[in-house]
Amino acid sequence: MAKLNMVQAINLALHQEMEKDKDVIVLGEDVAVDGGVFRLTEGLLDKFGQDRVLDTPLAESAIIGTSIGMAMAGLKPVCEMQFSGFSYLMMGQFEAHATRMRARTHGQFTVPMVIRMPFGGGVRALEHHSESREATYAHLPGAKVVIPSGPRNARALLVAAIRDPDPVVFMEPKHSYRAFREEVPDNEEVMALGKSQVVQEGTDLTLVSWGAMMRPTLKAAAEVEKKHGTSIEIIDLLTISPLDSDTVVESVTKTGRCVVVQEAPRSFGMSSELTARINDKAFLYLEAPVQRLTGFDVVTPYFGREKSYLPNTPRVVHAIEETLNF
Amino acid sequence: MPRKQIAKFSVQHLSILDENGKLDAKLEPKLSEDELLEMYRWMRLARGLDERMLKLQRQGRLGTFPPNTGQEAISIPVALAMKEKDWFVGAFRELGGRLVRGEPLTSTLYYYNGWEEGNILPDKDFRIIPTSVVIGCQIEHAVGLSWASRYKGEDSATVCFIGDGGTSEGDFHEGLNFAAVWKAPVVFIVQNNQWAISIPRESQTASQTIAQKGIGYGIPCLQVDGNDPLAMHVAITEALNRARKGEGPTLIEAVTYRLMMHTTADDPTKYRTKEEEECAWKKEPLIRFNKYLKDKGYWDDAKEEALLGEVKAKVEEAVKEFESPKDWQQDEPFKHVFGTEHAVISEQHKDFLANVTREADHG
Repeated sequence: MAKLNMVQAINLALHQEMEKDKDVIVLGEDVAVDGGVFRLTEGLLDKFGQDRVLDTPLAESAIIGTSIGMAMAGLKPVCEMQFSGFSYLMMGQFEAHATRMRARTHGQFTVPMVIRMPFGGGVRALEHHSESREATYAHLPGAKVVIPSGPRNARALLVAAIRDPDPVVFMEPKHSYRAFREEVPDNEEVMALGKSQVVQEGTDLTLVSWGAMMRPTLKAAAEVEKKHGTSIEIIDLLTISPLDSDTVVESVTKTGRCVVVQEAPRSFGMSSELTARINDKAFLYLEAPVQRLTGFDVVTPYFGREKSYLPNTPRVVHAIEETLNF
Repeated sequence: MPRKQIAKFSVQHLSILDENGKLDAKLEPKLSEDELLEMYRWMRLARGLDERMLKLQRQGRLGTFPPNTGQEAISIPVALAMKEKDWFVGAFRELGGRLVRGEPLTSTLYYYNGWEEGNILPDKDFRIIPTSVVIGCQIEHAVGLSWASRYKGEDSATVCFIGDGGTSEGDFHEGLNFAAVWKAPVVFIVQNNQWAISIPRESQTASQTIAQKGIGYGIPCLQVDGNDPLAMHVAITEALNRARKGEGPTLIEAVTYRLMMHTTADDPTKYRTKEEEECAWKKEPLIRFNKYLKDKGYWDDAKEEALLGEVKAKVEEAVKEFESPKDWQQDEPFKHVFGTEHAVISEQHKDFLANVTREADHG
């Protein structure tokens, strides 16, 4: 057991899975010699050599396109998009082939691959380095989307993603990369994909979030509990697609109130999908409308304005209070 | 400092059997009578199936499809030169090559009549990749497949086809670049049939040749008369040898002509002349290959007639099988989204089945 940050925890998962399975290949821009611009893949080249850790030319579509070929031939590529903002260049390959090959051939060919990408705001980065576009990928049939929130679940979910038989977009909240450490077991730990986690039980309101937004969400819950003596149930989605709405629905049937906290723009996003599913399955239990506390439907501003656009603890507190007082 | 020339490149063209059946005997490959006749038989079969498919489509018995007529001399010699462990990555005008690789005639009929079943091979080890309808994507798949086969230590090369239009896609360039940097055991074949739907070759690229696009990536390249099966045989054999020896990728531009429409939904009279088409028909591969075989004493009209009869029988047998009732289920897509259980898809699957019952009851 060691105290690791998310970068180290993901690195540990990569080391252990590559050790275990020689079909696992890591490729991307600057992932080998440089160890990745965020150092997620550090040490892999030394340990596994250039046959398994590939610095690719600079072309996102080809990183995914060649990985699709590798996966169809039986390998398990784990590729890195240097930033999620560059991943749209691979969207053609991803939508047209990675997500469809199983359906196209009734499973004769499959594409077991992981696309890791840092995403989200809060690190004062250049344009295209701060967006949260998980819904873009979650909307595609055949794609799985995973977003860890801390070192321990990042490690355990990445292992599951690498072993999954289908393409998984593994979105890493880069604001959380080095923000805090957690105990991460040395031995293998796997968390099933498609399962959300109740991180705190409660009876008065269900608070749902994922990724980097878990931190302001947890803080806000603690503040409201302290201030009003409220009992809040907190759910970390962990997998965005397939979305485990059963855990959320079960919680809402108990609490009757729900706030979903999401960094991404509001419209057509995960919080809207969750709201719809709560309406489908728990409508009669609701004491208040499900509240979506989200980013705005604007083009992500440069980092000079970033802070005022990201959902933060005071906004979450306000949303919880509004929903409690409805 | 004076400017100085630091690099110089050239592009070769290979033609062995010209449109009039004239042979360059010095370049003629050493193929046996059996090998030559096998090639010719596949070309006739591909042509026969293509012509039958056009009739089926016009009769409303088949969906939209892209005819292959006139391009048989490209994918057939290529597929015949390949080994079992090689990967065949088509674009969508390689019907003959697919048949050579062992794809049943019915597969293409199912595929173009709207059934995924047309993509499913009798065995995955056939190593034929399904068609990428999105132009150009397959280039990168081929590079990945070839990389994987080398990584696994297989004696395997990958052959990937694309059209002249496809060479304008970013994936073509990204894929060639990756292949060159990785020295991947892959051969790229551009079927330059002069037309990408309505866009003529000269509006597609300002390059003097398509072959020379390889030079920009450090890939050896060659322009070949794609209507000449002998030249194609020589070119692919050289390229596969390079790949197998670890010398990396090759780019072959196979110059041909799309004699028919782009797909059956297209009307070429809108954008090209009858004269151009008539001129191209005179250069098509079967005429010259037939003459070559006759000149060699391997072929005659009686054999031709017998072959046409065989082709017709094979094609009709396939059409009969294609039109026979199938027990393919409408809910099949629900079973192939993921390899793992998915609660929402299972729920929608039930809903779908209930709808099917509801519709049946409704009449």
